[in-house]
Amino acid sequence: MTARILTIKENILGANSEKAEINRKLLDSRHIQMINIMSSPGSGKTSLILRTIDRLRDKFRIAVIEGDIASSIDADKITQQNIPAIQINTGGGCHLDAQMIRKALDALDLDRIDLIFLENVGNLVCPADFDLGAHKNVVILSIPEGDDKPHKYPIMFVEADVVLVNKIDVLPYFDFKLDTFPEIISGLNPSARILSVSAKTGEGMDGWFSWIEETLA
Amino acid sequence: MHEQSIVSSLLTLALENAEKANARKIVGINLVVGDYTGVLEDAVNFYFGFLSKDTIAAGAKIIYTHVAGQLRCRDCDFLFPLQKHEYHCPKCDGRRVEIVGGRELYIETMEVE
Repeated sequence: MTARILTIKENILGANSEKAEINRKLLDSRHIQMINIMSSPGSGKTSLILRTIDRLRDKFRIAVIEGDIASSIDADKITQQNIPAIQINTGGGCHLDAQMIRKALDALDLDRIDLIFLENVGNLVCPADFDLGAHKNVVILSIPEGDDKPHKYPIMFVEADVVLVNKIDVLPYFDFKLDTFPEIISGLNPSARILSVSAKTGEGMDGWFSWIEETLA
Repeated sequence: MHEQSIVSSLLTLALENAEKANARKIVGINLVVGDYTGVLEDAVNFYFGFLSKDTIAAGAKIIYTHVAGQLRCRDCDFLFPLQKHEYHCPKCDGRRVEIVGGRELYIETMEVE
């Protein structure tokens, strides 16, 4: 049999992007906004979600999809607040994909939800390449991680609608240059909103809550 | 673990295209990989070896074309390659830089029998 050359020119992650688009359309048909929250491990994703639930639960019906390599520690914290939470364990995988999200959406009562927070696997690299069907991407960078991370992991920040600088309550103990940080982000991604917050003390969180309300308006 | 899921998608895409073309065997895959994807050749080859084992892609050689990170200065429009994670324009020293290349991850062509 003779050899032939086939021209393909198809993206490897194209199938994932198609599934993500189906997820987004499903959510749109139910008037649900899904916000994908990405960051390194330990930068405060769960704390931010818990505080946001506390503040906005009377305004919106909220659900949470928790992505972790293993354990249900984060989902347990959410369900203790009487908020529906679906735990996805990737079993070692470093990111979520659109198919996993579809299964989680099927397990939620979508007729009773306005807003879904999607807590991605803690990782500043891989999650940025996988569209999940969310409407907005939020990246959290915490003060102890340092202000050089956007140039080390730029793709994550390029994809962000909002960059939250978290843990500003510990700013005096670290060399994070909060005054020049917005220039680093806006250089890479001029349309990103940059908000400085402390999910622990509540400082700056009003800006974040307002952004969510604008997004759902 | 990143590569495992990427190789799984790569294999699905390759097998679909081979089937459409009534191919009996995939001999080679020309893969274009942007540096920003962080996809490593050794890891791809490793996962491809066992994931393709019982398919018509078994033994196929993957040929890599790497695409360097490509940046554009938002101030003077100068195009330049990414070097050492530096995001300032070598021409005008501008700090506002757009990533315009290096995120590619696609199969360019395949050799089949």
